[in-house]
Amino acid sequence: MSHYQLDYLEQLEAESIHIFREIAAQFERPALLFSGGKDSITLVHLARKAFAPGKIPFPLVHIDTGHNFQEALDFRDALANEVGATLVVRKVEDTIKQKSLTEPKGKFASRNWLQTYTLLDTIEEFKFDACIGGARRDEEKARAKERIFSVRDEFGQWNPKLQRPEIWNIYNGRIHKGENVRIFPISNWTELDIWNYIRKEKIDLPSIYFAHDRKVIKHDGQLVAVSDFISLDDTDEILVKTVRYRTVGDMTCTAAVESSASTLDQVIDEIIATRISERGETRIDDRVTEAAMEDRKKNGYF
Amino acid sequence: MDLLRFITAGSVDDGKSTLIGRLMYDSKNILIDQLEQLEKQSRNKNKQAGEIDLALLTDGLRAEREQGITIDVAYRYFSTPKRKFIIADAPGHVQYTRNMITGASNANLIIILIDARQGVVEQTRRHSIIASLLKIPHVVVAINKMDLVEFSQDVFNNIVIDYTKVAQQLDLQDITYVPISALLGDNIVDRSKHMDWYEGDSLLDLLEEVEIENDINLTNSRFQVQFVIRPQTDDLHDYRGYAGKVTSGVYKKGDKVKVLPQGIDTTISKLEIAGKEVEEVFAPQSVVIHLADDIDISRGDSIVKPDNHLIVSNEASVLLCWMDEKPLQAGNKYYLQQNSRLVRSVIKSIDYKIDVNTLSHQPVEGGVKLNEVVKATIKAASPLVYDSYNRISANGSAILIDETSNSTVAAVLFQEPGS
Repeated sequence: MSHYQLDYLEQLEAESIHIFREIAAQFERPALLFSGGKDSITLVHLARKAFAPGKIPFPLVHIDTGHNFQEALDFRDALANEVGATLVVRKVEDTIKQKSLTEPKGKFASRNWLQTYTLLDTIEEFKFDACIGGARRDEEKARAKERIFSVRDEFGQWNPKLQRPEIWNIYNGRIHKGENVRIFPISNWTELDIWNYIRKEKIDLPSIYFAHDRKVIKHDGQLVAVSDFISLDDTDEILVKTVRYRTVGDMTCTAAVESSASTLDQVIDEIIATRISERGETRIDDRVTEAAMEDRKKNGYF
Repeated sequence: MDLLRFITAGSVDDGKSTLIGRLMYDSKNILIDQLEQLEKQSRNKNKQAGEIDLALLTDGLRAEREQGITIDVAYRYFSTPKRKFIIADAPGHVQYTRNMITGASNANLIIILIDARQGVVEQTRRHSIIASLLKIPHVVVAINKMDLVEFSQDVFNNIVIDYTKVAQQLDLQDITYVPISALLGDNIVDRSKHMDWYEGDSLLDLLEEVEIENDINLTNSRFQVQFVIRPQTDDLHDYRGYAGKVTSGVYKKGDKVKVLPQGIDTTISKLEIAGKEVEEVFAPQSVVIHLADDIDISRGDSIVKPDNHLIVSNEASVLLCWMDEKPLQAGNKYYLQQNSRLVRSVIKSIDYKIDVNTLSHQPVEGGVKLNEVVKATIKAASPLVYDSYNRISANGSAILIDETSNSTVAAVLFQEPGS
């Protein structure tokens, strides 16, 4: 390899930084949607690099379902503090009250779907014109077709038939009033790329990504954490398992994997060995219908 | 480990989806749950138990399935111990140009699929012309469905002879031919047992081995300012760094550079990557450049090492690949965006249309329609700093944006002046 050659992680990093700088230059009020998961933590890391030694020139926004892991919330607060970014938190709970929304029912009543309402309200409240997200194209079929700059109408809806051609590395972020753009700087990264980058850059993660003991129930082959947010049946058997999380979402819709991997190296070894995709293994909500993601995106979801 | 981006092009029934499915499946990049879903769907399509339809792997959105069409470019990812791959999977139907250009614009390599029973057809020619227009550095011609022609060496050789003529006419570089059966897996990951006469590599071996180091121009140094970093805090009061991506070439601390279009000479005083000072930077790194002199510089301005290829002019000769439903007429005004530089521009004249089947030049009558390629002259409100696309594609490309709809309506390839 020549001296002037980037390896794949360096290339992906350079591309993502380029995208972040386009966002800062093209939009008046961007926001980084921060969930506390590894993908959005990686986004924050890349944004810091893009604007160093300056601060990240936009706020971190967290749409809090109220069903989060406490470890992820603590981590969120500490990180925002460390990078000196403004943190905006808006709660789904408040949207439910204000708009008299119906709480989903059922065993794993998930507020995931309701996040969209709070997100759209938050966009309106702050007049955000660009929302940066940590979605990756390898995650799922609908994502594989979405542009890096994805224009949404005033209802936040994605129209897969009317996407702008995205040619070379030229990003067209021009929009009409009321529209906004969802931007995905790590579109071209895979799950393994993220993990390898986290290892290379020594990025801190919430502790739940590593093996720990937790009370869980087994449901449909998946391990779900026991919490106030799920309702237990008589048939549920509460087990204590050594688990880690592969993705961090709501406690109601993120499943744990049994694992004793307590270091990054061990986690990465496990991921290479595991032949189940991230969403299939740990996202309970995607199992509902094959087209679940496509439907949600069309309705303003990320 | 490096990164190869490639695009697959083929006509509707050339087996493109099967090929991508096969590459991902045989290189063990398909995961258990995806496979289970695939088996379930395959059974719905009346396949035998255990038999899977690899084409379903690249099956897209429900909206597409319902209408039996492919809407857009989909990106797929797989890796081997040697390389990470990004596939731009562009649909092969007639409305090909817009999607194919989107997918091909960042590709190091194109796989052109030919059905062994059909040979070189009109679509093959069109895809090859796009590859030639966009100067994709490497071409792999995969002659598929060899199982349906009894793995015949003669069939393969005749297609190679036919395609060689096309390639010569189009000035395509670095072409490799491989006979495959995507359906059965012949010459995809492992060498075929049915084609002893073929002495070359399997398709995956080719993808792993193709030399891409020289695809990036490291000779001519081009850089455009994306964003000016000015923290204006007490400790960084005088900090002023020009953030951007090195478009091509190499920059070193102490280099004499020119700021364009202002035309001011200065020196690089400091280089940074992600806040860390470095001695040199190169394409395609995202960097921060500091200059010795206090110059008024903003987004879209260029910091270059001048050489006799660089063009600074308000007018440009261009090829336009038209991507909008609304036709293009001479006299229309658009925003022209060249990387981070946005200028108003007008289409001064449309010189001729390029027939993407024959490459012949034809007069333009009644406006330029979706998917047509034309030669035109553009006049910009302020000077453009560019190279011809053929010389430095990263500094010779732009898009046109409709000022009223905000849509991206054309891909712009800068040509040598007077060409």
